[in-house]
Amino acid sequence: MKFVDEYRDADAAVRYARALERITTRTWTIMELCGGQTHAIVRFGLDELLPGSITLVHGPGCPVCVTPIELIEKAIEIASRPDVIFCSFGDMLRVPGRSKDLLTVKAEGGDVRIVYSPIDALNIARQNPAREVVFFAVGFETTAPANAMAVYQAAQQRVGNFSLLVSHVLVPPAMEAILSSPANRVQGFLAAGHVCTVMGYTEYEPVARRYRVPIVVTGFEPLDILQGIYMCVLQLEQGRSEVENQYTRSVRREGNRPARDLISKVFRVVSRKWRGIGEIPRSGLALQPLYAGFDAETRFGVADRTADESPDCISGAILQGLKKPFECPAFGTGCTPEHPLGATMVSSEGACAAYYRYRRNEISAAS
Amino acid sequence: MHDTEGADFAGFHCPIPIEQYPRVLLAHGGGGRLMHQLIEKMFLPMFRNSRLESRHDGAVIEPGAARIAFTTDSYVVRPLFFPGGDIGTLAVNGTVNDLAMCGAQPLCLSAGFILEEGLPMETLWRVVRSMKQAADEARVELVTGDTKVVDRGKGDGIFINTAGVGALRHEAVVAPSSVRAGDVILINGDIGRHGIAIMAAREELAFENPIESDCAPLAGVVRELFDNGISVHCLRDLTRGGLASALVEIAEASDLHIRVQESSVAVHENVRGACEILGFDPLYVANEGRFVCFVSPEDAERALDLMRSHPLGRDAQIIGKVTDGKAGMVTMKSRIGATRIVDMLSGEQLPRIC
Repeated sequence: MKFVDEYRDADAAVRYARALERITTRTWTIMELCGGQTHAIVRFGLDELLPGSITLVHGPGCPVCVTPIELIEKAIEIASRPDVIFCSFGDMLRVPGRSKDLLTVKAEGGDVRIVYSPIDALNIARQNPAREVVFFAVGFETTAPANAMAVYQAAQQRVGNFSLLVSHVLVPPAMEAILSSPANRVQGFLAAGHVCTVMGYTEYEPVARRYRVPIVVTGFEPLDILQGIYMCVLQLEQGRSEVENQYTRSVRREGNRPARDLISKVFRVVSRKWRGIGEIPRSGLALQPLYAGFDAETRFGVADRTADESPDCISGAILQGLKKPFECPAFGTGCTPEHPLGATMVSSEGACAAYYRYRRNEISAAS
Repeated sequence: MHDTEGADFAGFHCPIPIEQYPRVLLAHGGGGRLMHQLIEKMFLPMFRNSRLESRHDGAVIEPGAARIAFTTDSYVVRPLFFPGGDIGTLAVNGTVNDLAMCGAQPLCLSAGFILEEGLPMETLWRVVRSMKQAADEARVELVTGDTKVVDRGKGDGIFINTAGVGALRHEAVVAPSSVRAGDVILINGDIGRHGIAIMAAREELAFENPIESDCAPLAGVVRELFDNGISVHCLRDLTRGGLASALVEIAEASDLHIRVQESSVAVHENVRGACEILGFDPLYVANEGRFVCFVSPEDAERALDLMRSHPLGRDAQIIGKVTDGKAGMVTMKSRIGATRIVDMLSGEQLPRIC
């Protein structure tokens, strides 16, 4: 396939691996921020190609995984109402709340629908004026412009039966939370290419300077990731800590200006809870006061709900790169994709799910 | 007698007097005059054969073989019509293929229709015509049937159950228990077309070049293998769960290790593109005209040639082999050269966020 096969070339991958071997003189720990990158690394076995002195740890960049359990509970409560059509991206439906997930709500009679875009949800709202249509607006900066557009259009066209359950999070505050933790061992980052396609990478420059870490904006194909690691290791070896862009075919320094403008028109920066990590200041988005009428939490009176996570789930440590999935005592036993304790075992981008799907034999052989 | 040559369904019109009954009524399943009319005017003439014509409660068959295969499957696809087929083609081919995967030559099928009150009669007619066409292509007769009509809102237009009987004209035991270390695994073409065609039709995803379902009867290509003395150990069609789930099932049931090469599993460019967009892995996407075949290593090349000389195996490939390795497990060598596990999914693949 055009523009995909070129980035999956086995010979080029081996050449990158050899080049990495040549420049690496000591041990380095690098975090890939995005769950899509984690998935590609494990699926293609990229970490097997790397010199043993380079350790990859998996970051918090899976939007499904970091959505706090209380938001899942709010979603379940809203979706269970008979007057509501609850729309969501597919992979949120299996994330466990305290006692059930959204797929169970659907089986119990709730009108829960998978959509591919928030605009689809807005269209459903137009077609069903007598029902309340709620879209579960989950994600990092990548999905924020489309969600902002849905609210913007709903306001323009006065679609009063449409609202958003917002659970948007931002990458740079999470990086800072990881870097300022005393347990941190991350020495360099692969930043998420798609997030930077929207936001650009100027906001990473102060982070790189303040914490003296190299940050390489990286794509998602095997060769993208290997090149990103190469650029990151080269900086580490040379003692540099700059923001570099590997994903030049998609990312510009200033990002996508109209998309950013739309985000700031509709959303404002707020503190948000991250599943397994806790509250991080100024790490998420909520609707601007002008659009507060489209906030599903207030419309359905669920803003004050709280919920506790399973004490057996160590997804917080995994999402911060402190532990690998197989270091969890529940991995593959008390926690499987069929009976997940936490979202990292459910989402297609979750680190635990990736290890469970692709690596189970090595793990059981090692233990 | 099953010759499809010259069969032109385009000129046929729905034989039920449309002006009187444009839609299916509860009475069409009620056992009275209307049901009689539906059978006499639509089903009987379309599927005409001596067993059906006896108008009995069931069909008597003479299998002509010591061993027969027997299977059943129900079809509830949405939408009813999709690029490359419809619920009727699926209902015939699905059951034909299940028989073929037992190593049997399909003899006859039954068809049970569950219709929703209000279904346009024309829709039923289209489906019935597709079933006839598929049955002719698969050289199998529909010899008995049943019709029920459920209240409006209690069904999804049409549900179809088909059961089938097939004859085994050889001594081989075609099952996971016959799989041996060293066996070579063949596939008859590229994967993922049916699932993506359905997905695109269901979600109204517009692709520049629409993907058609691969729905097809596999009994003919399977018969080629047996007729030419290929030592076939196991066959499996790659329906729900796709290639990955089929291989895992066989690895687990045979307690052997299966190794496959990602580079030898073909995926059509449009299917790959759709999977990239939706976040799907083509290994798990459904097919309706693809199967894997486990054969003795000495027969592998000949089996490959036989499959490639059949229209439904033109793009056949050897994709891997069975080994003594870690029992009950499937591993795949990626294009990059690393090895990973191929596992069964816990449920359906769900489209991801970004």
